[in-house]
Amino acid sequence: MFLKLSGALAALALMLTPVAADAQSAKPTDPQIAHIAYTAGNIDVKAGELAVKKTKSKEVLEFAKDMVRDHKAVNEKALALVKKLNVTPQDNDISKSLVKNAKEKEAGLSKLEGKAFDKAYIDNEVAYHKAVNAALKDTLIPSASNAELKDLLGVALKIFEGHLQHAEHIAASLK
Amino acid sequence: MSMKKSHFVLAGAALVLAYAAPVSAETIQIKIDKLKFSPEQVTVHVGDTIEWVNADFIAHTATARNKAWDVMLAKGKSATTAMTKAGAIDYYCRFHPNMVGKIIVQDT
Repeated sequence: MFLKLSGALAALALMLTPVAADAQSAKPTDPQIAHIAYTAGNIDVKAGELAVKKTKSKEVLEFAKDMVRDHKAVNEKALALVKKLNVTPQDNDISKSLVKNAKEKEAGLSKLEGKAFDKAYIDNEVAYHKAVNAALKDTLIPSASNAELKDLLGVALKIFEGHLQHAEHIAASLK
Repeated sequence: MSMKKSHFVLAGAALVLAYAAPVSAETIQIKIDKLKFSPEQVTVHVGDTIEWVNADFIAHTATARNKAWDVMLAKGKSATTAMTKAGAIDYYCRFHPNMVGKIIVQDT
């Protein structure tokens, strides 16, 4: 299951690379970028909320709460910015595949309990943040044309790089 | 005022200043902006106070690796920590461990 998930996420990251995207539209537009970033954040909020309900580990609980709080804060900023810029986020294939993968992941996680859940959740957080960070760094940030959007995505990337380090630290302690 | 007396007063004032300077504690500000502690490294003295200012829109912590202190910093808020012992303290943010800094505390 984990391999399959990582594979799907890796494929997603690949989809976002300019090389794969240049066949049709060279790069995502700002309304699409905003939608992808918001969707990706919302998925992690939901995963965090599930973990808050299910985990028995204090360390995992604290991490999950951090994820919910930070990703909500970034998405609130993003919403305020698109409103200010009069941009309407536009749904797209990448957002759709993110949501589809997230639903499968959530279904898998829901069936697990205790330490098995903790490990699966944290491993997923590591893989997911790696994929999203790569997409931000390689595609979304370079493609963003509005300076304020680019700047917010840059701050978001730093936040998520922090999450990745935090998740990797917990993953090591769960082994 | 005679020349002698004024010299005496000046000398007295200099003496007071000389003694007062080392014991006057300072407040040194470390700002967090876009997930970066700034300045990233500071040198202070025992008795000084660090004022943490979180200018980001998310919460952070300033957590000493030697566990001397663990300061919670809500978004847009500030807090202070007294530096009570000499030594070099590496610190980081528990929520975002990619954020690191160092405080060198010297004896007065």
